[in-house]
This record gives sequence, structure tokens and C-alpha cells, in this order.
Amino acid sequence: MSTTTEIPVPANAEGIGTATSTRGLLKTPILFAVVTLLVLLLVALKSRRGETTFRLAVDTDLFELPEVAVSSTAGTTTMVVLLAVCTAVSAVLVSRGRRTPLWLIAVFSVFAMTGFLCWAAAGEAVPVIGLLGGSIALAVPLVFGALGGVLGERAGVVNIAIDGQLLFGAFAAALIGSMAGSSWGGLVAAMLAGAMVALALGFFTITYFVDQVIVGVVLNVLVIGLTSFLFSQVMAENPQGLNNPPHFSRIPIPLLGEIPVVGPVLFRQTILVYLMYAAVAVVAWALYRTKWGLRVRAVGEHPKAADTVGIKVNRTRYTTLLIGGLIAGAGGATYTLVAVPQFGREMTDGAGYIALAAVIFGRWDPIRATLAALLFGFATNLSGVLSVLGSPVPSQFMLMLPYIVTIVAVAGLVGHSRAPAADGIPYRKD
Amino acid sequence: MTLELRGITKRFGTLVANDRISLTVEPGEIHALLGENGAGKSTLMNVLYGLYHADEGEIFLDGVPQRFAGPGDAIAAGIGMVHQHFMLVPVFTVAENVMLGNESTGIAGTLDVDAARRRVREISDRFGFHVNPDALVENLPVGVQQRVEIIKALSRDAKVLVFDEPTAVLTPQETDELMEIMRQLKESGAAIVFISHKLREVRAIADRITVIRRGAVVGEASPTASNAELAALMVGRPVELTVHKEPAKPGAEALVVEDLRVVDDSGHVHLDSISFSIAAGEVLGVAGVQGNGQTELTEAILGLQHHVEGSIRLEGRELVGRSVRRVLDAGVGLIPEDRQVDGLITGFTIAENLMLNRSRSKPFNRMGTIQRKVLEQFANEKLVEYDVRAPGIAATAGQLSGGNQQKVVVARELSRDLRLLVAAQPTRGVDVGSIEFIHKQVVATRDKGVPVLLVSTELDEIAALSDRIMVLYRGRVVGIVPADTPRETLGLMMAGERPEGSAA
Repeated sequence: MSTTTEIPVPANAEGIGTATSTRGLLKTPILFAVVTLLVLLLVALKSRRGETTFRLAVDTDLFELPEVAVSSTAGTTTMVVLLAVCTAVSAVLVSRGRRTPLWLIAVFSVFAMTGFLCWAAAGEAVPVIGLLGGSIALAVPLVFGALGGVLGERAGVVNIAIDGQLLFGAFAAALIGSMAGSSWGGLVAAMLAGAMVALALGFFTITYFVDQVIVGVVLNVLVIGLTSFLFSQVMAENPQGLNNPPHFSRIPIPLLGEIPVVGPVLFRQTILVYLMYAAVAVVAWALYRTKWGLRVRAVGEHPKAADTVGIKVNRTRYTTLLIGGLIAGAGGATYTLVAVPQFGREMTDGAGYIALAAVIFGRWDPIRATLAALLFGFATNLSGVLSVLGSPVPSQFMLMLPYIVTIVAVAGLVGHSRAPAADGIPYRKD
Repeated sequence: MTLELRGITKRFGTLVANDRISLTVEPGEIHALLGENGAGKSTLMNVLYGLYHADEGEIFLDGVPQRFAGPGDAIAAGIGMVHQHFMLVPVFTVAENVMLGNESTGIAGTLDVDAARRRVREISDRFGFHVNPDALVENLPVGVQQRVEIIKALSRDAKVLVFDEPTAVLTPQETDELMEIMRQLKESGAAIVFISHKLREVRAIADRITVIRRGAVVGEASPTASNAELAALMVGRPVELTVHKEPAKPGAEALVVEDLRVVDDSGHVHLDSISFSIAAGEVLGVAGVQGNGQTELTEAILGLQHHVEGSIRLEGRELVGRSVRRVLDAGVGLIPEDRQVDGLITGFTIAENLMLNRSRSKPFNRMGTIQRKVLEQFANEKLVEYDVRAPGIAATAGQLSGGNQQKVVVARELSRDLRLLVAAQPTRGVDVGSIEFIHKQVVATRDKGVPVLLVSTELDEIAALSDRIMVLYRGRVVGIVPADTPRETLGLMMAGERPEGSAA
């Protein structure tokens, strides 16, 4: 048509589809400001005297780092200033329509934690190595659980039953480990137990289209009932023979274990922790870099599209869920094959739900979910360490810490995250 | 490769979706499968693609009988499908979508994304597609997404290509480009099955036409057959394809929209600087490719959008800021674009659906109690008046066919005393017989002096019913033109080009 001209694109035509509100981005600076104020209030209202000592080494270190001692008030005040700076940076970024980068959140968290410790541990010594190393140990079941959860959800199956997988894994590890007299036997049993829960979940949700959340919750309750029953009826009869598995001991890795701070924290752990490192790396690689991973993600995003290119949707979901179950089960083994080699009723204490929160906080990504799980592990360990140090905060409040961190993290920091599009939706062919 | 379907029968319960259908497609040929929505075209293609299993009949490729357990087998045999609803993962890149299910891998199953990129570029260059292999599919325009679907099929060396209603989401220009691509594919020796219910397109491109009705082949036709012949074959009786209407007698300006701007919760601007007016007794057609702000426009009028600026005045009264209830009370009737989602409660009976928007007041409600007798009588009358084919008023809306469901919606909206009718996609997925009926109702409403806002992505429908046409592109008005504007001009406008001399 010769009588047509190109429509003059209005200056803000680009705006259609690109303009975004800053409402969602504002959450982070607001959260920052609140935390900064809270730490400030600590110093202002209940200033504490004395020095806080940070111990950066353990006795067995090859090179010992010196202890760092700071005045409690001065340390906290410095941190408040740094926190305020971070808050300001975040606010400026958001006002320019950019989101707060992850590294800033990390730096802020470290400052906040240091400030809090300066205040809470006045006159005491904070064992930094123990605090961090213990965090990793406590995070192990969460990381394994979260990895299992990530896999299931990436394939489109919501896995509420992580807690059941952990608990059943813990029970199986204790029972089989004791009977076989081998901690490795216990670990294998734990993984199989996790896979059994996954199989049950898959059977009802994939094959029979039952609501995934309901089946998950029911499985958790079922596992609690089953393990409690077997614990009191079977294990209690013969605790020596049935609830006394050999445990994994710490294996320091030569050289790596001698690096100051990092060595004792990361590389003087049990084999389960090293397996965890491997699991995180393998899952992340498999999910993003392999044919299998591409198919899993396709099945979780658009199962019909996967079906029409010849991928067996439900079979993929089953295998992914089962692999996730194996991994989550291994997390359960941590409870009975490491520190206290003994099973106890409901000993996971809802850790599976924290792992589920880590999946969401980690935006269904294995690496991010692992970091989230580590954060929760740290919060848990912190409450323990502080109650030993005799912090002025009542211990009941400290026990709430991991859960408060969970809620704040998921509600305040996640921002807009997108679950796999077909997550939770059963696939049926018409 | 020659494709032959022999006596395919597919039943769903007692419904026979395909009844002994036979079909042959030769290499280098475009064979159109023409039929109404629900005639069984898609079912047949799903059988061919291995998604369904035929109860009877066989599929032959070059004379060799095939057994497809799933789409994987069909793909391996050389069948490719361009689906009506694209089978693409939105959060994947083009390369990832193309390689999915057909991945080339390195050591330990590592994806070879480079190989996929090369493949995309190679096919893209061969047909002049200009598709970036690293673009995320969700960011691509619909027309380009369709090309990705085509690349996907070609990358698997498909020799038989099935296009399932491929033009439903395209502008007229994109449709022309697609036709050109199909011709190219045909010349390269592919056997092409083209499924459509659009007579114009079928006649333009097909070498042979097979018409199916109610699951059975009712005849073959040549592309030289007239629209009327093809339509009669498709519907089973002579159909009036043109809408008879008197010239409009526009009265005073009834609906006046000024500087309307609609923003969604996440800040995306869907409509901007929209101004138009409709006179009493006039139909204003809103043309445009799906997703250019039409949905937001109808929802803004109804009060369903939250961030609306500007003004919408009906007979002088402002509608912006009113609740949906009060907008309805002002006399606005809406035929929503998706009857299953917004028009009907499929689990409710026909009678209940007919009074959904009037359950609060007389005569259906007295002192908080539904008057069942009144409702029954009303529903029975409407069933007859609007020619709804149903077992009775107690049948649920979900049991009805698409056309009859739509008639229930139309009956409900038109049986009130309307001051404005907003009809969005009033005949989408509706059989030709019902289209005829609904079109007559729209014209009759206009002739009663009601202003009508007609939103449709079918240019034919817009042209047939409108007195004036407004074209929307990316949330803005490209122009408002007379109803007799040439189709080509409208097509260009739908792509954002403003005709000379027209004021937006």
C-alpha cells in the first residue's frame, strides 16, 4: 500500500510492556532499614560493657590466627554505621529502578550478624570456627532435603513430604546401620527409605492425580506414626542391637583442611558433608547442562510440549522424584549416623519444612537453595552457641530464630520468583 | 513421503470423533482439511501424531503401515506438527526448544547447545526466518514463535508437516508470510496437511481440499470451488455467509471514552491515550491481533481493571471508578471473550446461568429467595427464543457444545434492558450455524438503538458487522476508519502502520 506511512512511534510506546513498578523492589531496603534500627536499638537501650573476642582458630590449627577483641559498644556502633551505609546504597539502587544485588544482601547480613554478636557476647569469646562449622553440619539435612525438593518441583511435583523422607531416612539409617553394623549400610538404607516415600508420593500424585500437597502432608504424618510405632515397639526392645549404628567420624582433608578459618569450617567434616558438596555440584550440573536436566525442566514447565516431542512426561517425573528421594533420604542419615548415633521420635523437628522453604527462597535453583539451607543452619547453630555463651536474649526467643529467619527470608528477600509453570499440576493426556 | 490414512475411527465413550476417515497426502502437495470447530480435525491429527490411538484404521507412510505408541514414534517416522497452541517452553531459548527431545550430547550426557544453535541458524537461513537461537521464547512475537515451531519440526527432518489452525493467532500480513513459507516447504518436497476452518485461506493455498463434518469425510473439493459451496459442504446446509443489515441510523453519542490508560499491577501499560465514541444504534468494531489491549479495554469498561485513568462515560454518566455491579446496573452487557472462564459457570444449570447477573432483584429474587417458577418459565422461553439446543433448562452449561454455550451467554446479556453491549470474540469456537444466529442478534441489538462495541480478531467478522472500525496496536489506537476500508489497509494498520490522512 503506497498510501500508508509508518506509524510514528510515540515516545513512550516502548513503555508498553517495559515499565515496571518499584513496589516489589522496595521490600529489601525497607527490611534493611528495619534491621539497622533493631541493632541500633540494642546499643541505645541496653548498652553492654566489656570486650567481645572473636576466636578465629582452633587448637589443632597448623597456623593459628590471632584472636580479635573489640569493645562491645564500639563494635556494635561501627556495624550500625556500616548497616546504614548498605541501606542507603540499596535505597539509591531501588530509586533508580534496579534491584538490590545478592552480594549486598550477603554483606549486609554479615555486618548485621557481627554487630549482633558484638553486643550479645560482650565479655565472652565467640568461637567463630565452631559457629560456622557447626552451621554446615546442621545444614546438611536441610541441603539434602532442599536438593531433593528442587528436583521434584523442577519436574512438576510439589514435594511437601521432604520431612517424611528425612525422618524415614533417619530411622532406616539407625535400624539397618545397627543391624548391618555398618554406617555405609545405614546410609544406603536411608537413601532407599527416602526413595520409598518418593515412590508413594509419585504413585498417588502422578499415577492417580491426587492433590500433591495433600498427599505430601499425609505421607509426613504417616511416616511420623510408622517410625514412632516401630521405635517404641521394636527398637525399644533391643536398643543395643537395633538402635546403635556405628557413626561416621570426621575426616580432615589434608592440605585443604589446614587453610585458616576455611579449612576447619569446610574440610574437617564427616563424609556426609563431602557427599553434600558433591551432590550440590552434580545436581546443579545435571539440571542445567545435561540432556536429562533439559528434559526435567521441560516437563516441569510445559509437560504437553515435552510430550509432543516424544518425552515420557510421567516417567521423567517418577525418575526425577525418585532421585530426589534418594538425596533427601541421605539427608535423613545425618540425624542418626553423625553426632548422636541413635534414632528418636520425630527427631527431624520439622526440618523438612525448613528445607521446603529453602527450595522457595532459593527460587528452585540448587545452588541458591543450598545457600538458603546454609543460612537456616547458621541461624539454628547461632541460637545454640548464644545460649551457651549466656546471651541476654531469653533462650526461647533464640530457639525461634531459625523460623523467624525463614519467614523474613521468604517474605522479604525472595522478591518476585517464578515457580516452574507446571509445578503441582498432574499431567494427564486429555 | 506419501502419507495415507485409511479408515481411521476414534471414539471417546459414545462420541465418535472420527468415523472411518481416509486421506492421502502426496509429497509436494498441500492438502487442506476443512471443517468446523469440533468436526474432528484435531482429533484426527492427534491420532496421526501418536497422541491418541485409533480404535480402527491404519496409517501408512510410503505404503508401509505404521504403529505410533507416542509422538516420539511419529516424529521418528518423519511427521512434524505445528500446533495451534504452540508447544514451546516459554522460559527456554529457541535453541533449547528446538533441541528438546532430540538433543545432541557430548560426554556424560552434556548438552551440545552449539550444535543446536547451528541447526537453528541453518534452517532459519534457508527459509529467511531471522530467528535468534539465543532469544527466550516468551519474549518473541507470536509469529516468530510459530517459526520456531516450524524449525523444530524441520530440525527433525520431517517429511510430512501438519499445520493445525496456524493462522488463528496471526495478522493478515503474517498469514501471507506463513503461506509463502508453506509454499516453499511444498516446493522442497514436503507433504503438507493444512487444517483450517477459514475458507479464504484454504482456497488460497490448498492443492486439494477434504471437508469433514461431525467426524466423517463429507466430500472433496477443489480450490476453485466457491466460498458458498465449501461452506455448505462444511455445515451440511446452505449458509448465509454475508450478514444482511440495513445502514446504521446512528443517534446521539452514547459511549464516550477519553484518554483511557490502563496499567496492570506490575506496572505494564496495556492501553494508552484511547479515545473514541460510539453513537446509539452503531457498531464500533475493534480490530487488532490478539493481545494488543482488547481484553483490557473490555475489562476497563466493566470495572474489572484496577488502575484506570481517563474517562468512560455512558450517556453522560462516568463509569470509571464504579464497581462491576454498578456498571452492570447502568445497563452494560458483556459477552466475554472466553465463555468457559468468564461467561458461564459450567457446573451450574442453564437456568441458573441465565440469571447469573440478575439474581439480586425482582422478578427472580423476592426477599432473598430465588423464585424458581419465574426462573423456569424465563429459561424455557429463552431456550426457544435463542435456539439453544439442550436437553432442558436443568442441564449444566458444561454439557453444551461451544455454540450453544455461547447462545446461553448471548441470551442472558441481551434479555436485559441494555444501554451498551460489549461483545468480545462473540463467535470464537462457535459453529457456522450459531455464528449466523449470533451475528443477527448483534445487528438486531444495534437496530434497537443500543451502541455496540464489538471486539474480534477475525477481520471478516469485524468487516461484516461494524459501522466503523477502530484498530488497536500495542495498546494504542492506530486509527478509526469506515467499515468499507480495504482488508489490506486494515491488515497494515493491525501491524501498526497508520493510513495516510486518517487521524488517530
